[in-house]
Amino acid sequence: MRSFALVLGVFCTLLAAGEIPLAERRSGYQFMSRETRAMQDDDATNPALLWLLDGEALWNRKEAPAGVACSTCHTGMQGVAARYPVVKKRPINLEQQINVCRTERQKAPPLAYESRELLALTAYVARQSRGMPVDIAWNETTGPFLSAGRDTFNRRQGQLNLACAQCHDDNWGKRLAGSVIPQAHPTGYPLYRLEWQGIGSLQRRLRNCLTGIRAEVPAYGAPELVELELYLMWRARGMKLETPAVRP
Amino acid sequence: MARVVISVPASTKRGEVIEIKTLAAHVMETGFRRTQTGELIPRDIITQLVCTYNGVEVFRAELHPAMAANPLLAFTTVATESGTLEFKWTGDNGYAATQSASITVT
Repeated sequence: MRSFALVLGVFCTLLAAGEIPLAERRSGYQFMSRETRAMQDDDATNPALLWLLDGEALWNRKEAPAGVACSTCHTGMQGVAARYPVVKKRPINLEQQINVCRTERQKAPPLAYESRELLALTAYVARQSRGMPVDIAWNETTGPFLSAGRDTFNRRQGQLNLACAQCHDDNWGKRLAGSVIPQAHPTGYPLYRLEWQGIGSLQRRLRNCLTGIRAEVPAYGAPELVELELYLMWRARGMKLETPAVRP
Repeated sequence: MARVVISVPASTKRGEVIEIKTLAAHVMETGFRRTQTGELIPRDIITQLVCTYNGVEVFRAELHPAMAANPLLAFTTVATESGTLEFKWTGDNGYAATQSASITVT
């Protein structure tokens, strides 16, 4: 009888530790208050608009050495953000791709990660994919990096010995102190977070979480963070992009 | 860059109550925070927003520390006649921004 209870217990734990079924996935938007949702939905009140306007100006600004603006080569960027991070030799995210363009085509110095300019440009590009489904496939190219990202997501780490999955797969919808635990679908980045009083990237959010569990925090742009980004986007495949979202 | 954004309905009927939304990019540094070495970060906030409707003041807000960054102010007024709404933000360290919008009242 006792062994039966033990088996049952183990079975329940395994069940709880699974990935969220596709139909039960919820964007962080659905956990927000009515007021915060309204703020995101109305372009006139979404504070990220201030960054979008800066981003538009940067998009059309000719950079000195090559005299080339983003808009010289690119016309529309619809759907681009829905495909990032993209796997070339390694996965690279949208911020990194912008800097690749800057250094290779514009011959300009790369923008610092999390700088106002890089966030503005990224938000401007990603905004054009708003409402489009996340399009990341698990295939031969992406597979190895996706499994690496999934391993990071499921690995216990830090002084609190917690894995991402323990909160975001197993206990979403419950509360951590006063805040609802979302499912960690990165569909709105870069987003305006009220706590930050500004726009931030997904990596800023990931580094926040890692600090929270007292784990070692990789530098901005570190491969393990990009792999985690890739896995999270795959996990949110098919969900609609909300960039630039507002979160509490 | 003193970036400000306003949202005013382009046209409306006479006597209608219209909602106006304003957004200003600003750090709104309270003046109470300190750096890691203990020095006080000087206050840097928007102190005032004034809105005039065809030269008549219809809304004024005085802002103080402890307002969030990038303050979003929304208010209402009654559409009386076609014309221009002018907005003027002023603040610490010589911060000043203006913006205007025209409205057609039928």
